[in-house]
Amino acid sequence: MSTAETPTEMPLCEQAPGENPICENPVEQFLRTDRMPHIWCPGCGIGTTVNCFARALLKTGLDLRKVVVVSGIGCTGRVAGYVKLDSFHTTHGRAIPFATGLKLANPELTVVVYSGDGDLTSIGGNHLIHAARRNLDLKVICVNNLTYSMTGGQAAATTPEDSITTTSPYGAFEPAMNIPHLVAAAGATFVARWTTFHVAQTMKAMQRMLTRRGFSFLEVISPCPTLYQRRNQMGDGLDTMKHYKEVSVSNNNANLAEIGMTKSGQITVGNFLEIERPDYLEAMRAQLRNRLQERYIEVGGAPCQN
Amino acid sequence: MAKGTVAIKTERCKGCSFCVEFCPPKVLALSPVYNAKGYHPPQLIDPDKCTGCDLCGMYCPDFAIHGFRFPKAAAEPAPTVGAAA
Repeated sequence: MSTAETPTEMPLCEQAPGENPICENPVEQFLRTDRMPHIWCPGCGIGTTVNCFARALLKTGLDLRKVVVVSGIGCTGRVAGYVKLDSFHTTHGRAIPFATGLKLANPELTVVVYSGDGDLTSIGGNHLIHAARRNLDLKVICVNNLTYSMTGGQAAATTPEDSITTTSPYGAFEPAMNIPHLVAAAGATFVARWTTFHVAQTMKAMQRMLTRRGFSFLEVISPCPTLYQRRNQMGDGLDTMKHYKEVSVSNNNANLAEIGMTKSGQITVGNFLEIERPDYLEAMRAQLRNRLQERYIEVGGAPCQN
Repeated sequence: MAKGTVAIKTERCKGCSFCVEFCPPKVLALSPVYNAKGYHPPQLIDPDKCTGCDLCGMYCPDFAIHGFRFPKAAAEPAPTVGAAA
């Protein structure tokens, strides 16, 4: 690279790295910077969701020693390795069972399950349904890129009909899973869907999830330019973001049965549902207190302080 | 006078140009130079118009850019000194 090509005016923070605290990216404190740059492809939206998550954590002001991120396997599963919190990279599809144990053993923790669509709805689909049914106090963030990315772009349960993937070279013909509808039907108390284009809304939804009790579910539609968009001639990550901007319709009162993902049709986004009902621990304690009366001794707080 | 500016970690950038596309005042562009991985990082082409809104920072999937507002100039001490005298 010749010196003539170098921009004449270098950005402020390149000139004096580390000297001015204002030049430090506010999300840097949540990241394991020694692992950067991360493995996600150029144009992938997972990094954007992590960015929103870090900013949401910053805004809520939660004690970071009591926030745990649990991920399964997949591209989004890598999130656990990049956030500087207590984090667990669990086996495929079992992020929610792991998080369930964590939450019940130490109810003080804010447990965030951060995983992909393949991990949460296909391999771990059963766990998702039952966690929603029990109303466990988990915050589930599902980054939906409509395919199995890490294994080479196979058709997933969330792949819209007529999409070309490695395992559906003539177009997928199975109906795609409508995840918000599924979790709402199973009993989730907060259900939202946004795309990576809606960064401010995604951040606000995450903020809401982090500060409320009960099973909260957020689906973030994200581009997979390398495997999904490329095979379907839908351009790169930026084209997909522009596409999201065009076709997204925000409707908080949408009929969840009608918001399934299609290949290039409308994407309905919004904070669809927020209701209150007793969570798993509350319900368990109330039931035991009812049955056992004075024989019931409540054990609260974290059991493993020492 | 610009209200703010951006800080860019050029070596982290993967050139997705989300920041360039979604910058509200359109003050960014991909620079012609390459970083070590062969991507074109963004650069400020119109520093005076940058508001430091940090939307680029929210979009960046690689945590390579963020915007910030300049701190407000310190309150001028002259009037109080004059009043006391």
